[in-house]
Amino acid sequence: MMFYRLLSIVQRQRTNPRWQNWSSARSSASAAEAHSITLPTQTQVVICGGGVMGASVAYHLSKMGWKDVVLLEQGRLAAGSTRFCAGILSTARHLTIEQKMADYSNKLYHQLEQETGIQTGYIRTGSICLAQTQDRLISLKRINSRLNVIGIPSEIISPKKVAELHPLLNVHDLVGAMHVPEDAVVSSADVALALASAASQNGVQIYDRTTVLHVMVKKGQVTGVETDKGQIECQYFVNCAGQWAYELGLSNEEPVSIPLHACEHFYLLTRPLETPLPSNTPTIMDSDGRIYIRNWQGGILSGGFEKNPKPLFTEGKNQLEIQNLQEDWDHFEPLLSSLLRRMPELETLEIMKLVNCPETFTPDMRCIMGESPAVQGYFVLAGMNSAGLSFGGGAGKFLAEWMVHGYPSENVWELDLKRFGALQSSRTFLRHRVMEVMPLICDLKVPRWDFQTGRQLRTSPLYDRLDAQGARWMEKHGFERPKYFVPPDKDLLALEQSKTFYKPDWFDIVESEVKCCKEAVCVIDMSSFTKFEITSTGDQALEILQYLFSNDLDVPVGHIVHTGMLNEGGGYENDCSIARLNKRSFFMISPTDQQVHCWAWLKKHMPKDSNLVLEDVTWKYTALNLIGPRAVDVLSELSYAPMTPDHFPSLFCKEMSVGYANGIRVMSMTHTGEPGFMLYIPIEYALHVYNEVMSVGQKYGIRNAGYYALRSLRIEKFFAFWGQDLNTLTTPLECGRESRVKLDKGMDFIGRDALLQQRQNGVYKRFTMFILDDHDTDLDLWPWWGEPIYRNGQYVGKTTSSAYSYSLERHVCLGFVHNFSEDTGEEQVVTADFINRGEYEIDIAGHRFQAKAKLYPIASLFTHKRRKDDMEMSDLHGK
Amino acid sequence: MGRFCCRCCCPRGLWMLSAPCCDDRRMCVCPGPRRIGIPVRSSSLPLFSDAMPAPTQLFFPLIRNCELSRVYGTACYCYHKHLCCSSPYVPQGRLRYTPHPAYATFCRPKENWWQYTQGRRYASTPQKFYLTPPQVNSILKANEYSFKVPEFDGKNVSSVLGFDSNQLPANAPIEDRRSAATCLQTRGMLLGVFDGHAGCACSQAVSERLFYYIAVSLLPYETLLEIENAVESGRALLPILQWHKHPNDYFSKEASKLYFNSLRTYWQELIDLNTGESSDIDVKEALINAFKRLDNDISLEAQVGDPNSFLNYLVLRVAFSGATACVAHVDGVDLHVANTGDSRAMLGVQEEDGSWSAVTLSNDHNAQNERELERLKLEHPKNEAKSVVKQDRLLGLLMPFRAFGDVKFKWSIDLQKRVIESGPDQLNENEYTKFIPPNYYTPPYLTAEPEVTYHRLRPQDKFLVLATDGLWETMHRQDVVRIVGEYLTGMHHQQPIAVGGYKVTLGQMHGLLTERRTKMSSVFEDQNAATHLIRHAVGNNEFGTVDHERLSKMLSLPEELARMYRDDITIIVVQFNSHVVGAYQNQE
Repeated sequence: MMFYRLLSIVQRQRTNPRWQNWSSARSSASAAEAHSITLPTQTQVVICGGGVMGASVAYHLSKMGWKDVVLLEQGRLAAGSTRFCAGILSTARHLTIEQKMADYSNKLYHQLEQETGIQTGYIRTGSICLAQTQDRLISLKRINSRLNVIGIPSEIISPKKVAELHPLLNVHDLVGAMHVPEDAVVSSADVALALASAASQNGVQIYDRTTVLHVMVKKGQVTGVETDKGQIECQYFVNCAGQWAYELGLSNEEPVSIPLHACEHFYLLTRPLETPLPSNTPTIMDSDGRIYIRNWQGGILSGGFEKNPKPLFTEGKNQLEIQNLQEDWDHFEPLLSSLLRRMPELETLEIMKLVNCPETFTPDMRCIMGESPAVQGYFVLAGMNSAGLSFGGGAGKFLAEWMVHGYPSENVWELDLKRFGALQSSRTFLRHRVMEVMPLICDLKVPRWDFQTGRQLRTSPLYDRLDAQGARWMEKHGFERPKYFVPPDKDLLALEQSKTFYKPDWFDIVESEVKCCKEAVCVIDMSSFTKFEITSTGDQALEILQYLFSNDLDVPVGHIVHTGMLNEGGGYENDCSIARLNKRSFFMISPTDQQVHCWAWLKKHMPKDSNLVLEDVTWKYTALNLIGPRAVDVLSELSYAPMTPDHFPSLFCKEMSVGYANGIRVMSMTHTGEPGFMLYIPIEYALHVYNEVMSVGQKYGIRNAGYYALRSLRIEKFFAFWGQDLNTLTTPLECGRESRVKLDKGMDFIGRDALLQQRQNGVYKRFTMFILDDHDTDLDLWPWWGEPIYRNGQYVGKTTSSAYSYSLERHVCLGFVHNFSEDTGEEQVVTADFINRGEYEIDIAGHRFQAKAKLYPIASLFTHKRRKDDMEMSDLHGK
Repeated sequence: MGRFCCRCCCPRGLWMLSAPCCDDRRMCVCPGPRRIGIPVRSSSLPLFSDAMPAPTQLFFPLIRNCELSRVYGTACYCYHKHLCCSSPYVPQGRLRYTPHPAYATFCRPKENWWQYTQGRRYASTPQKFYLTPPQVNSILKANEYSFKVPEFDGKNVSSVLGFDSNQLPANAPIEDRRSAATCLQTRGMLLGVFDGHAGCACSQAVSERLFYYIAVSLLPYETLLEIENAVESGRALLPILQWHKHPNDYFSKEASKLYFNSLRTYWQELIDLNTGESSDIDVKEALINAFKRLDNDISLEAQVGDPNSFLNYLVLRVAFSGATACVAHVDGVDLHVANTGDSRAMLGVQEEDGSWSAVTLSNDHNAQNERELERLKLEHPKNEAKSVVKQDRLLGLLMPFRAFGDVKFKWSIDLQKRVIESGPDQLNENEYTKFIPPNYYTPPYLTAEPEVTYHRLRPQDKFLVLATDGLWETMHRQDVVRIVGEYLTGMHHQQPIAVGGYKVTLGQMHGLLTERRTKMSSVFEDQNAATHLIRHAVGNNEFGTVDHERLSKMLSLPEELARMYRDDITIIVVQFNSHVVGAYQNQE
């Protein structure tokens, strides 16, 4: 975690006259003129924000050859959260992409002093993450496994070892810890200044005391910025305005939603100890105690993330107020108690100051980067969830790559601005959500955790009905989706107690839902899926779709095609099912969180002046998924139409009547590999159709089911899911979907060249299914995702998703297998033979479980038959 | 307030006469109506014999309850110990409710009864019973209600942040009522507490009707016309009030049509009276008019009657019972309090040093108010000077000097007799309604006209407490304001700590903070300021802190006894938005 910068900067500001003329004393000529000269009238890129983020983007852009860059800062460089940052660089992160960004930052800052000649205060102290509970230790072990495989040294150590590493720590309540020896502390303001200085040497022009008023946009493209000192024309704008990024985004005529919100954050500075702490004393992360502690000028600096954060600037105030934020000792009391418990000897240490500095948080605790879906050339890098210093270098690099090459070198979908839409931009939502997010930084991160605030925003018309039947809900892109249905006679644990890395309490509930899907019929409300309709007057719709999608869409009316929407590199931008409604009209179903991204992609590639009509019809339809062998009986009874495979083959779409309701789009697919139908129902009919289905279905044993059942079903059948398993860097060939790519469909499509080349050269990673062998579901830790995969003892990749298969009675993990050269570590071609000839292990929190690798789904799962002698009386009961 | 005592043989009324020294209301341990004492025609000797069966009757339900559950039996036991014996657990001196000398006589039969039943029915010794803290909480919180003025997009333009309200019954059913509503066609918010006596019919009717009368009185002519036209042409009406109600706060469905017609007649008259000049509506005048008009309508409806026998009986019950009202109207910085009776409005003011002081915004209309005594004497002939207020009660009977309903103190004797005779049998058989107050020469003796106080809100005015006398008779106003103030501001009433230039160690700071937190922790038990106040009102010991044992005992009392220890308590705490109030101030 990241933190707060020492007052040394503040003090220097007062005492050192150099500070006022930072530029003349420290930097090159172009920046030195910042105060006096007028702004240029034209440039390629304008970066707004002179904190560590803005400086890092400028630094990396200039390194990559984009030198026509102007950086504007409303106050002084490195004066916002950057100035107050505690200066801890920690690579112990939960997401691999975050680990990589922090690792890169660490390496960058390490050599920055040498590169620029500016002292950054970089000291490699190492950090120790403490565990007071076994669950915390599991969490650390998971991080540890992942750090090791990307080459960051770290180890799990005993409390005794902790005491050796840090003399002041009370370790008797610890169960273990993780030591990351290469983590560092650094002065973040100096890092920002060094980056800015290097950028400015490379030609970037830096102007402080210049406020961006708004960004000028023409035809959905950035054309310039309006500042308090005049206009600058530009093609790219980068919003690195930190906590003001939200307001700045809204100030455009065409607003850019950047959902983030600031909270007050406190940390304590003390005078030096009698025997001052050595400057290489490791940094302590005591997440169970909600605090971090680092050495600071012989004393300590300690802050934390309290349970009851204080959000601020909800109404959007100006920066002047930052200076006036009050110290709040009563608010800090729990953290102080926690500190004294951890380091009892500090009792007699004298306080220097309690610093209050706002930190910015996002709705899902991940930072925000990327290009606005609405305005081309408008890039954002903000919302660091108090890890700004740790991510600064890496995030700046990725964003610069994104701008220069069109895409970053790693998959950053988890951080992409387009995972959010305008719906996350309500001030009330943000205020409430960040109050939950900030404590979460220290909370235990367990599988299947759902946010509790900002809920019930988008719901299906059946919400109340399902809720009354015991539905438990999860949220995706603001949409409530049922996880599973708790039977009336069953009690589940309270929320806090249900946190576990082991077998969850809903195991039996989901089992019965899965069983019902396989033997009878279940209904799952899947209304959250993103649904678009594309129509044209002529053949334009077909033409554009043929160009955007890899499969052949020139199919007879009524057919459904599974296809990927690929980028130039052949990677999946989206994975969807498209039904041809008529010759000129297509219905497209994509994952829920694709609503913004897919829309932006389509808009970007559609010819501007055609008579194509693209409509987001997500809200118009309620989607019910009827899964199971008896779905066909239910539907034919309700429609008086034969639904058997002869009349209604698989992957087919028909408008028909269900009950009294006409015009229901019935599709013979279930997203799970089980037999059944998706019903797309105009919302006003939703309740009627649901009621009819439930009442007719009763005699076929119908029941409600939720997403957990769906997940178990799809994973055991090796169905990959975009956003989880597939991303912009994975191609259809890498996940065995050659059949969904029609390289010879008679016309070019995006990514075709890359795929052709890949077909010739072979793939460098392969999507594989693993079935855990010696794993005890009741007693062992469950896999989640992100677990390292070992082949013959060598690390070959990570899992992307996992689920318990009730049919196989085993855990199934999906993931990518690479073939790293033993000598050079370089990626080599992965063949089926390579996969098949390996012995595999999956590393769950340091424990390796044997696994069988499969490249193709297990056929027997598709033809489920129950043996006669398995039948029992309870099969006669209604569900 | 005060059970309608003709239900039983009325030992309370009796006792009231025989023990006139019970003027200290806090000491009044009589389970009967403290507002109205009913004289009994017999002399003191038969009185006693009359009184004898009463306790048995009073306790009869208890005997059954004892059999049904130990709760009541032991609760009764607690009560018994606590009051009648020198309880070893609770030293006498600590009790606020010391047994009154007169009470000893009164309760002796019970003691006998106790020994009697104990000897005959119980082999085992009764166990001491206390409610657990969660049980206490569930009782205290059963009627709590909170309303927060919605915050739109981070901007809150109302001077009211929201309010907390709650009530704790002593009577069964409770006779207090409360109301809160936002005016939709004008600005401002209305909040009120209503303390009923001789039943809850009147307080119920006032609680659902009064705000409509006020809102209508405040409406400009054009809006009245628009509403009237809508009624006339059967169009949808403009909504006038947005109610903020606890699920237990019900409205009478049956009378709704009748009430509407009366209200419509009122606005029709307002339309007719309009002079055409659009003058600013005076809130004070509007409040007075609304109070008087509603009381008048209550009286008229009872005189006219209703063909529907249920409604007919209802309007009579409303008119023959009574209710006081204390209503606040907040609009921006303008705060009006209209009060009729002895409920009270108290403003909580935070001084610059963070301490709290109480500003009373209403005058009690009872015998403790010299001006009221003066008024009553002036309104009636000289020869009634001695009889109009006796034993601090109006005509020796009624404690509040102003009230809604109570037509016994308003109508002429003729009218009362006529209405009662033509009324339903229930009314005729009712001792209380038939009884004419003594020395009843020049009615009306009672009015519903409120006294209206205006206060211009300042940023230091943090909240307003509206409460029925059930609260004020157990707690001093200064304590009320302090407790609410400290509750609402939480930590912040303590000066924030700043290290400044001092030498402070982490250990010292930690000690200081822990101490401050302990001090505050009791506050967070309640989410509702009114609940917090009730907890103190019922559970406070002489040190001013909540004593759980005491609280538990008080709440364990069976309904029959609760009334002896406390009155119904109803509280609304309105919290003001100092920022908005400050902004108003700055505008000028």
